[in-house]
Amino acid sequence: MKKPLAVFLLVFLLFNLWVGVASAQATTPSDDEVNAIAKELFCPVCENTPLDVCPTEACKQWRELIRLKLSEGWSKEQIQDYFVEQYGARVLAEPPRQGWYWLIYLMPVALFGVGIFILYRAYQSMRQPLPLEADEAQPPASPSLSDADLRRVEEELNKRK
Amino acid sequence: MLADFGFAILVITFVLAIYTIAAALYGHFAAQPKWVESARLAMLLSFPLLTLAALDLTYLLATGDFNVKFVYEVTSLDMPTYLKVTALWGGQSGSLLFWSWLMAAFTTAVTLRKWDRDREFLPWVILVSSVTMAFFLGLNVFFENPFARFWQTFEGVAAYTFKPENGIAFTPENGNGLNPLLRHPGMIIHPPMLYLGFVSFVIPYAFAIAALVTGRTDDRWIRITRRWTLVAWVFLSLGLVLGGRWAYDVLGWGGYWGWDPVEIAAFMPWLTGTAFLHSVMIQEKRGMLKHWNMILVILTYALVVFGTFLTRSGVLSSVHAFAKSAIGPAFFIFIGATFVISVALLIYRWDSLKAEGQMHSMFSREALFLLNNLLFMGILGICFWGVISPLVSELATGAKVTVGPPYYERAAGPLFAALVLLMGIAPLSAWGHVSLSNLANQNGMEMEKRYALGIARLLWKPAIPAVLTLIALLLLGIRNIYALIGLTFVALTTSITLYEFWRAARARSRAQKENFFLALWRLAGRNRRRYGGYVIHLGVILMAIGIIGIEMFQTETQQSLSVGESITLAGYTVQYDSLAQFQAEDGRWVTRAVMSVFRDGKFITELYPRYDVYADGQPMTIPGVRSTLADDLYVLLVNWEGVTSQIAPFKVYHNPLVNWLWLGSFIFIAGTLIAAWPDEEPEHAPARARKSRPAYQPGD
Amino acid sequence: MTTQPNTAAPRRGVPIWVQVTIWAALLALLAIVAMGLRRAQQGTVQPGDEIPDFTLTLFDGYTYEGKSQVSFAELRGKVVVINFWASWCKPCEQEAADMEAAWRSYQPGGQVVFLGADYVDTEPEARGYLQKFDITYPNGPDLGTKISQFFRIKGVPETYFIDQQGKLVYVQVGPFSSEAQIHAIIDPLLK
Repeated sequence: MKKPLAVFLLVFLLFNLWVGVASAQATTPSDDEVNAIAKELFCPVCENTPLDVCPTEACKQWRELIRLKLSEGWSKEQIQDYFVEQYGARVLAEPPRQGWYWLIYLMPVALFGVGIFILYRAYQSMRQPLPLEADEAQPPASPSLSDADLRRVEEELNKRK
Repeated sequence: MLADFGFAILVITFVLAIYTIAAALYGHFAAQPKWVESARLAMLLSFPLLTLAALDLTYLLATGDFNVKFVYEVTSLDMPTYLKVTALWGGQSGSLLFWSWLMAAFTTAVTLRKWDRDREFLPWVILVSSVTMAFFLGLNVFFENPFARFWQTFEGVAAYTFKPENGIAFTPENGNGLNPLLRHPGMIIHPPMLYLGFVSFVIPYAFAIAALVTGRTDDRWIRITRRWTLVAWVFLSLGLVLGGRWAYDVLGWGGYWGWDPVEIAAFMPWLTGTAFLHSVMIQEKRGMLKHWNMILVILTYALVVFGTFLTRSGVLSSVHAFAKSAIGPAFFIFIGATFVISVALLIYRWDSLKAEGQMHSMFSREALFLLNNLLFMGILGICFWGVISPLVSELATGAKVTVGPPYYERAAGPLFAALVLLMGIAPLSAWGHVSLSNLANQNGMEMEKRYALGIARLLWKPAIPAVLTLIALLLLGIRNIYALIGLTFVALTTSITLYEFWRAARARSRAQKENFFLALWRLAGRNRRRYGGYVIHLGVILMAIGIIGIEMFQTETQQSLSVGESITLAGYTVQYDSLAQFQAEDGRWVTRAVMSVFRDGKFITELYPRYDVYADGQPMTIPGVRSTLADDLYVLLVNWEGVTSQIAPFKVYHNPLVNWLWLGSFIFIAGTLIAAWPDEEPEHAPARARKSRPAYQPGD
Repeated sequence: MTTQPNTAAPRRGVPIWVQVTIWAALLALLAIVAMGLRRAQQGTVQPGDEIPDFTLTLFDGYTYEGKSQVSFAELRGKVVVINFWASWCKPCEQEAADMEAAWRSYQPGGQVVFLGADYVDTEPEARGYLQKFDITYPNGPDLGTKISQFFRIKGVPETYFIDQQGKLVYVQVGPFSSEAQIHAIIDPLLK
């Protein structure tokens, strides 16, 4: 006896809730509300153009669909999920953060890490005094010029360029 | 007749390029300078020949000879003459010819220089230029002949280079006309600038390869190509800025940069080129980073070719691109060969590119330049991976993904901010020339401390305006953390750069007893590269202000209006007054709205957002823009939502500070001109000569 | 002239592992680009290609043998016609009536199955379109654009004809101009 009543109550409550939501959303969503969501979606028909400024008929329909879903009280995430389900992950401005797609996000970080490592190594090796300077400490094997002489030669050479 | 003539010239130039390659190789290996000389002269011929071919095609375009397929594709009777002429680069085959022509201009210029001291480079520079030239001409000759004509045969009408059997020449009444998006002044100069930037990177690359092949890997090749690189770089920069301006004016999405793969393809060589222009200074002054500079030049050229390939082969195009381009595989082979040969040569010569200098501190200028390079490479890595990863992902999972603006902005934004900061700090650190005896007695930590203190001593004065800016921004109610950081960095870098000018000019005016401004002028004239570089930095900072403005503070709203109704955004009221539709001279239908703009109840101006529909049905949405230094009011007639005379949808963008972006680019160009201007003065002598510096003997 | 005479350092060159890494990275890059290029050049799937299994979830109101899903594997032994369309596509409207008429002529025989895959479309408009042309053969959205990516369609409308053995025999790019055209492709397969 109790079960049907509970089900009835639950249905009644849900219905009220739905009516409440529906009436609260009764006004058609504005262009701005639609565009706010469309801005972050990409339609496969015009690749690389955000949905809010894409002039094709297909995209116009998509925007109307967003408006419809908004008027039904859907949230931004729900709408995005719906579009992903319908048209695939490519509609998102960037891939969902899951599974294989993590590679897309982590690769730049890894590359930058490698860059820092290379820079660090380069920096280390450049701080090592050159073999040349080690030579200078010992008695030079060949007659060497003074720095000033070398500079003069160098300047001379540069002038000739 | 003229078409056949044009094709004949293309074939001759192609054969000539092959001959040049052969003669240069033979001349080098048989040690017969006269063959190298012959190759040089042959290369000089390519420019006049290609000029003739380009003029021929331009004439066909201007006179509207629709028998020629290319003319049919890109022009129509109603187009004004200047557009018919510039349609030369409005399609694949014509732009390839145009590309070859520009490259011929550059190779000619480089061939005409004095080679006395660099004889051994000559055959290799000729070789690299001619191989590239032969490749691009080959594309024209074998795949994309701009002079192919229409012939009627039993199978129908098609374009052939040679008259087919039983063919009758076929001339359509009118042409397709240029893609409407390309009928814009920005689009007329944007491609040539970009191409100039692209082709001129061939020269530094040719010298780099010549240096690797001959083993003359001292910095002679760098000294020769530095100015070429600067020239290439300024054209590339101009091309990018013009592209952004064109997008802002024509594409109707309220922005200037959309992180589109094609845009990024042009941006990547700019990144490596910029990194090169910085790190090359370290090689010149300190004899370090020789490997790295070689890598950067090769990388820049590789990215130029790679970018051209990506945009022209259809690898990155959309579902709508039906046209299969035949040049893809040929291009791919060229790229593969370029990459493999360059890398192999680099590995082979790795040891001869030995550093001659030593780095003293991580706060030394060399170290900061390395950091600068790391940041540029970081941005490059982000861009490259962003372009490539959808391909990888599609191959791996079978499903397409979009890697769009949020990815790039999140990843590259902090690096750009760091670059702005570094741009300010780096000039404060001196080149690592502290006298040697002094250094010997100090350990590493001591040294770091000295350098850090040196910077800090110079930093505190310019830091005051930056802190004041931050306070002012906070008082203005700005709470966007990214904007606060960005603008503070901008303020700091501006004040340091101006402080540098002031400090040096004051010192000079005291020493030389000159008037301050005269001192400033002479100072800049003395060291054009340094002060030109600072001016470029100031330009970049202004551009950064514009970018921060539009990225962080852009607002927008869209609404359908009846006549008399208005939209309010950011203090502006935009009122819809009327709508008119008429046909322009060139046959397009123009739908134009008249909007009154008010601010605080006062009328400011009228704007005319419109959309044009061309004969082929493609619409163009042209915004009405009111532009001031403070902000742009950017109004679009949103034709894609349906416009009637009663009610029309409008989209209004408020783009704060965006004008600084364009303003900054002018200063940027001015700075490059200062830095690149040829001067007779001797080059700045290296700070410390080293006896290991090889290769040029005084009598060389 | 090649190397500096007075640097005593022995010639070490680039370490082998670095060389291997560099070449591997370069080859990987070229391979990726080559595959991207191949994809860009090859166009749609070609006649003779084997078509692996896929599942089309049907719109409400459409069923195939009482089920709301069609699995391609179950159709082995029948001629399958897959039509990609969209409600925003004007040329699709040209052929809609012909497709439906052709379907009605084959339906009683049970040897041919028509499937409609709705490409990048919104459901309300798609339903309106199906109603307008009174289309009765099983139709469903191309969920996640998976089927169209598999066929590598270049646009809509495109129609693919698959024989009883599951082999693609014909690809029609663009609309049909008459019902007879469709018959001319299917009838030889039924012999």
